[in-house]
Amino acid sequence: MREFPPILQAKNLTKTYGENVIFKNISLDVYKGETIVIIGPSGTGKSTLLRCLNLLTPVDSGQIFLEGEEITAPSVNQDQVRQKIGMVFQNFLLFNHLTALGNVMVGLTKVKKMPHNQAKEKALQELERVGLADRAHHYPAQLSGGQQQRVAIARALAMDPLVMLFDEPTSALDPELIGEVLGVMEQLAHEHMTMLVVTHEMGFAREVADRIIFMEKGRIVEEGTPEDLFERPQQARTREFLGRISELYGKREKG
Amino acid sequence: MVIQFFTYILQGTSVTLAVTLVALPLGLILGLAFALLYNYGGLWVSRLAAVYSLAMRGVPPVALLFVLYFLLSGRLVNLSPFWAGSISLGIISSAYQMEILRGALQAVGESQMIAARAIGMSRFQAIRYIILPQAIRLAIPPWSNEASIVLKDSSLVYALGVPEILRRAQQLSATTQQPFLAFGAAALIYFILVFLANRGLDLLAEKTKLPNAAA
Amino acid sequence: MISFLEFFVRYFPDLLSGIGMTLLLTAEGILAGLVLGLAATLARTYGGKFWRSLAIAYIELFRGTPLLVQLFLLYYGLPGLGIALSREWSAFLALGLNSGAYQAEYLRGSILAVGEEQMLAARAIGMSKWQAIFYIILPQALRLAIPAWANEPVSLLKASSVVFLIAVPELMTRAKMIASRTYDPIRSYLAAAVLYLILVYLVDAAMKWLEQHTRLPGLSQARQK
Repeated sequence: MREFPPILQAKNLTKTYGENVIFKNISLDVYKGETIVIIGPSGTGKSTLLRCLNLLTPVDSGQIFLEGEEITAPSVNQDQVRQKIGMVFQNFLLFNHLTALGNVMVGLTKVKKMPHNQAKEKALQELERVGLADRAHHYPAQLSGGQQQRVAIARALAMDPLVMLFDEPTSALDPELIGEVLGVMEQLAHEHMTMLVVTHEMGFAREVADRIIFMEKGRIVEEGTPEDLFERPQQARTREFLGRISELYGKREKG
Repeated sequence: MVIQFFTYILQGTSVTLAVTLVALPLGLILGLAFALLYNYGGLWVSRLAAVYSLAMRGVPPVALLFVLYFLLSGRLVNLSPFWAGSISLGIISSAYQMEILRGALQAVGESQMIAARAIGMSRFQAIRYIILPQAIRLAIPPWSNEASIVLKDSSLVYALGVPEILRRAQQLSATTQQPFLAFGAAALIYFILVFLANRGLDLLAEKTKLPNAAA
Repeated sequence: MISFLEFFVRYFPDLLSGIGMTLLLTAEGILAGLVLGLAATLARTYGGKFWRSLAIAYIELFRGTPLLVQLFLLYYGLPGLGIALSREWSAFLALGLNSGAYQAEYLRGSILAVGEEQMLAARAIGMSKWQAIFYIILPQALRLAIPAWANEPVSLLKASSVVFLIAVPELMTRAKMIASRTYDPIRSYLAAAVLYLILVYLVDAAMKWLEQHTRLPGLSQARQK
């Protein structure tokens, strides 16, 4: 797979808030069809990195390329770039005044200027894809958290993105609702959607990821296949983090 | 010239402030009485208070002002335009202040009353020492809004010939033939007065705020 | 001495002719105020420094001075600058400008309540800032604003009565004419007061209806999320 150029490439990204360095000199290649999972302790800049990749937050320095074109160049139309990069947020962020169908359609009709009927058909397909065709006319407040997140995934998929970014998509969910969302994501991975996922779900990382990146304190500490990281971590920090996480997991399962 | 303008209109300012300082406390006293009657007065008294509030707040202040003014300066008693106008504004404001205080009393809640009665206070003592001190604090922000409304509504007594800011501005406009300057100056003075009143009451709210008190 | 009821019935047709003007002024003022208020809020929330300052100056000036002063400034003041407006235009402008400043505040509150994150989500699917404002933020903000905003028609209806001081032929002006004809100001203004009370009640009922028919499931709770 590696002979192709990366679909999304980050070079030496740095982001600071005042004195606070969020991340420094991060470089990252995402190839078509692969699923990358970013793990690491909270507050290590993973979410900010995703927002920067989608140009929702400007980086201080560094470059980002999408299909070989620099999207951090000042002349680039950022709105067009964001159409091509899907984003799923931790707290869903569905549009509260629109039904599930309306949420998926609004980008198609207003941004892509697709005719209403065509947009509706496409939106229903996407809802079908996440298993929610029967909830199309429900408002966000009438859906469970897991359902809301699946609608949010459908909303992003409807734009036919080149890459999907997932920012801790299951952290705000009750434990019993996590599975349905991970299920949808796993299915996407099997369909060879290109995905970059920030999550604490180690099971998902181990099963689904092609590559895992361990980030801490704004740096990439280590990256590799799930086997590499879980079985033979090279860095002491990685071992420590994975140890702590599995401890937490054990506790959660008991509880 | 500009300075003469201002000094002339500023003389009207003291009248405007006097009207406000009669109307506002009068409205507070009446409004508090009505709010207490509404909350603790039993069914019929409470209903009467509610009707009073609805009727007074459902009519434009200027229409009420004229009815009350003609009652107070000739029909029932014979007050000067200043007193008749100020008292009328106070009566009008009482309905709005009643609503503010009623809301605040309700926000303090029944449980505080029960707790007060539980340590042996009478109903009156509970209202006086437990409910009101909390309710008044809650009422300060909306009350401060009402205060600036009364300040602005005091311009209505212009229509009764009371020589407040607006009346002065009109006289100036006639003598100087500079209507824009005259009414502009009046607007500026009102703006400053309203601004200062709001600031002052904000400070009061800040000073009297309880730790962690909601709103 | 005739009873109030008899008086009311006798002069009712006269007063009725003023009600039309009162309602017209209120409706015009609300609409003009809605447009102005929306523009001012958008300028204040999303505009650059210049537009933001302009919007804040407008809102604060019109909320910080009496409507009557604004009315006089327009009707008596502007001719001093060579701009002469009719009574009706002055009344319309004063009510619209005044209401716009208040409506701007209602709208701003609800835009803040919709929250930054809805903007973020809209930008994430490729919407421009103004697309996000018109398709995502405003549809929610306008609905959220309705309960607070619903007080504005009633309050403007009442406020419109001050235009009788520049003799626009609305309800109060009619009452004043009756008062000077009958030498019975108390009954005349009381009759006007009763009619205002009825109008206020009707407008209030209409607003409650509007509130109920624009409600969306869960939207009013959206701000708590």
